[in-house]
Amino acid sequence: MKLPVKMTINGQTYSHEVEPRLLLVHYIREVVGLTGTHIGCDTSQCGACTILMNGQAVKACTLFTVQADGAEFTTIEGMAKDGDLHPIQQGFWEKHGLQCGFCTPGMILAAYQILERYPNPTEEQIRHQLEGNLCRCTGYHNIVKAIQWAAEHMQGAAAKK
Amino acid sequence: MATVTDERLFGKSIKRREDPRFITGQGRYVDDLKLPGMTYAAFVRSPNAHARIRRIDTAEAARHPGVVAIFTGQDMTGVNSLPCGWDLRKEKGVPGVIQDLAIVPHMPLSTDAARHVGDPVAVIIADSQDAALDAAEKVRLDWEVLAAVTATDKAAAPGAPVIHAGAPGNVAFQWEIGDAAATDAAFEQAAVTVKKRIVNQRLVANAMEPRACVARYEDATGELTLWVTSQNPHVHRLLMCAFVLGIPEHKVRVIAPDVGGGFGSKIFLYSEEVVCSWVSRRLKRPVRWTSTRHEAYLTDAHGRDHVTDAELALSKDGKMLGLRVRTTANLGAYLSTFAPAVPTFLYGTLLNGVYEIGAIHCHVSGVFTNTTAVDAYRGAGRPEACYVLERIVEAGALALRMDPIELRKKNFIPKFSGAHQTLVAVAYDSGDYPAATDKLLRIFDYKAFRAEQEAARKQGRLLGVGFSTYIEACSIAPSKVVGALGAGAGLYESAKVRVHPTGTVTVFTGSHSHGQGHETTFAQLVAHELGIPIEQVEIVHGDTGSIAFGMGTYGSRSGSVGGTAILMSLNKIKDKGRQIAAHLLEASPKDIEYSKGQFQVRGVPGKAVPFGAVALTAYVPHNYPEGLEPGLEETSFYDPSNFCFPFGAHACVVEVDRETGLVKVLRYVAVDDVGNVINPMIVDGMVHGGIAQGVGQALWEGAVYDERSGQLVTGTMTEYALPKADQLPMYETDRTVTPTPVNPLGVKGAGETGTIAATPAVVNAVVDALVPLGVDHFETMPLTPERVWNAIRRATTR
Repeated sequence: MKLPVKMTINGQTYSHEVEPRLLLVHYIREVVGLTGTHIGCDTSQCGACTILMNGQAVKACTLFTVQADGAEFTTIEGMAKDGDLHPIQQGFWEKHGLQCGFCTPGMILAAYQILERYPNPTEEQIRHQLEGNLCRCTGYHNIVKAIQWAAEHMQGAAAKK
Repeated sequence: MATVTDERLFGKSIKRREDPRFITGQGRYVDDLKLPGMTYAAFVRSPNAHARIRRIDTAEAARHPGVVAIFTGQDMTGVNSLPCGWDLRKEKGVPGVIQDLAIVPHMPLSTDAARHVGDPVAVIIADSQDAALDAAEKVRLDWEVLAAVTATDKAAAPGAPVIHAGAPGNVAFQWEIGDAAATDAAFEQAAVTVKKRIVNQRLVANAMEPRACVARYEDATGELTLWVTSQNPHVHRLLMCAFVLGIPEHKVRVIAPDVGGGFGSKIFLYSEEVVCSWVSRRLKRPVRWTSTRHEAYLTDAHGRDHVTDAELALSKDGKMLGLRVRTTANLGAYLSTFAPAVPTFLYGTLLNGVYEIGAIHCHVSGVFTNTTAVDAYRGAGRPEACYVLERIVEAGALALRMDPIELRKKNFIPKFSGAHQTLVAVAYDSGDYPAATDKLLRIFDYKAFRAEQEAARKQGRLLGVGFSTYIEACSIAPSKVVGALGAGAGLYESAKVRVHPTGTVTVFTGSHSHGQGHETTFAQLVAHELGIPIEQVEIVHGDTGSIAFGMGTYGSRSGSVGGTAILMSLNKIKDKGRQIAAHLLEASPKDIEYSKGQFQVRGVPGKAVPFGAVALTAYVPHNYPEGLEPGLEETSFYDPSNFCFPFGAHACVVEVDRETGLVKVLRYVAVDDVGNVINPMIVDGMVHGGIAQGVGQALWEGAVYDERSGQLVTGTMTEYALPKADQLPMYETDRTVTPTPVNPLGVKGAGETGTIAATPAVVNAVVDALVPLGVDHFETMPLTPERVWNAIRRATTR
């Protein structure tokens, strides 16, 4: 049995018929073909598949595709606008917030949610909010710095407006 | 045409050139690959720790819709065992061996028995991943479940179930290093001796990207392409072609594209990539397999798993007279690719540490158990050695009631240049061990901490500091040396530098980056040496189709071995360029010097040709030296003359919650000496990550088998506790710089130092915090709240 789904990902509309058991992360990677969203575990611990659902960070492995019907998503491929990196992406680059790059898309989208909640976060807030995203390379030091960098630059941009 | 620059990039923290693709979701990992006609593999794995196979019934699974084929080991005729690449056998004259290595078979799909939970026995190939997984559940295993042994210290006990007919008593080898008689004599003279059981628990690497492979056989050409999560694609190709499948190497291309971390676990040749390659040749269709995280826990080679009894003999004024170490190393159910080297040559040879010790003896037994195979994990043998030494030194300080820093300082090998011969075979390259510790103490402000600790204790708070003054061996390794020790391969590295007609440069390196940032570091080196903008340099790695050969990346060898190979090729390019420039400038080649992107006549500033003009001339050789070949491309193989030995001093401050046993890391200071540094930002990043993994071992991580059932109870990220952001502090890192004389770059290696140093620093800190309560040792890590709470309770209710 297959069910129809329709959703928006990075501003583009997708319609497919999918098995009810198909996880959203597999839909995004295998059906839509956006492979920037990664799979690092099978128990929803690692956060590599974090994306934005209607503006909120979710782990794409925790939803069936059919539950996402009608929703609006942003994946890592949708973060840069017109070739300009989002300040969070820029922060990860500036502060060496990544090494192998595998956890990075999930980290960047989790950071987006953190900065929505706490535009001027403390180190402790960043660390606490990142608890659901695992990185094996950086020891988190430079990820925290990257998010701090992004916070400063997003504040700066907001102040200019 | 290429431009020139006098910007000096060696030593600069420039941003990474690989990052734009990773931060925009455009990295290309193996599992991202989709090919026309692709099939999907699912492996049928043993649910039991030990079982004798009678029959594997695949009939019902074969009828499942979408299934293309099912294979068991019986079908894979003509396929050989996965090889062990490090052969410790006495008949080869390998030093230290006292019982020959039992080379046991490891078939890609086992036909006789399953020897650990997760051992693959069949593979389902289907049109979709779901169909393959569904069908795998329909395979019936008709077999006899056997008794199993998983515990390191019980594997060789009388009556333990025998895992391989070829390894009676489950002993794989026995090995020793040092001088037993001299060590015995030292202990007789000692004023104080300490003896501790020190367990280095089993770990799982947990690279964030699970292993994966895609195999594509093209019938028309007979060519097989294997995309695989590998730290060393040429090694994968060689082992798979020559040893397992018996297929011609020149018809096989192995590509390791973007790889999401390795930490050792992606060095080895595994069953899955061999089976997928074999299946693709058989079915003439592409096959993809991606490990689930649970499969990763069951099948990625594990690390560590030593049980050690260590003894230190001291004079009454604190001189280290003797060290005696007896270790049992759990190798798991099979011999993984480099398994025998890790608890022997990468372990026993580091037990001299940074100390002058009167005598050393170390004995190691390698044992088989019904567990996942154990091999190199970040540090590989060196963290185990450092942990034993730094814990027993700390125990010695407690026994002498001496400050742990004072004890270390009394015994440091003084600053030296040239080689320092140890008692355990290796000779250190260069070192100033007291300087690193002095710098650490200045940054850390040791005196102030002890005052703070004293004040905290008065308030009932349990603060502690732990030190670790470590050494490690990297830049592996001289081929002649490792060959004599049993290695089946040389450990050189290759680099081809291709200068294009316009003067831009492509480097083909045998090193492989899976997070280390080679595309930046190596490009810095090239731009610095040639005096051209870094934008004109491209680094290619991870493809046997374009790279001459390569031994890959592990053992902190890329900068020192891979980098030196690049430097050698650059020097050859300059030599040839000098001849071309001399011809163009009507001068003698010996009068041409290369500086800031120009070949110029020495002492005649205006008489010069830029690098790009020489490159163009090499490809358009109309006005060209007689007898010189056109083109500008050079290949080099660099084989190091010695290991390099980074060292340093780390300090960790913890607070222990008396009521819950929870350990909180408050501060972490690291002073490392990795020789010259090409990109400090990248080196710092690797130190950070290494520290996190070392702290993880000390406090949270550990693979646990249930002894009765042989099940891996830490088989998902729910049970295996990886370090998280909210558990770690910012790290304070600094360096001393003692260049190595071994290679012309002066670079030692920086990928593993943090992991090696951090674990004992943390455990020493916890013990230091608990000493007032009477806790003086922990036999086993991780120091979970339960373990710490129990230790406090036992000590305080005695």
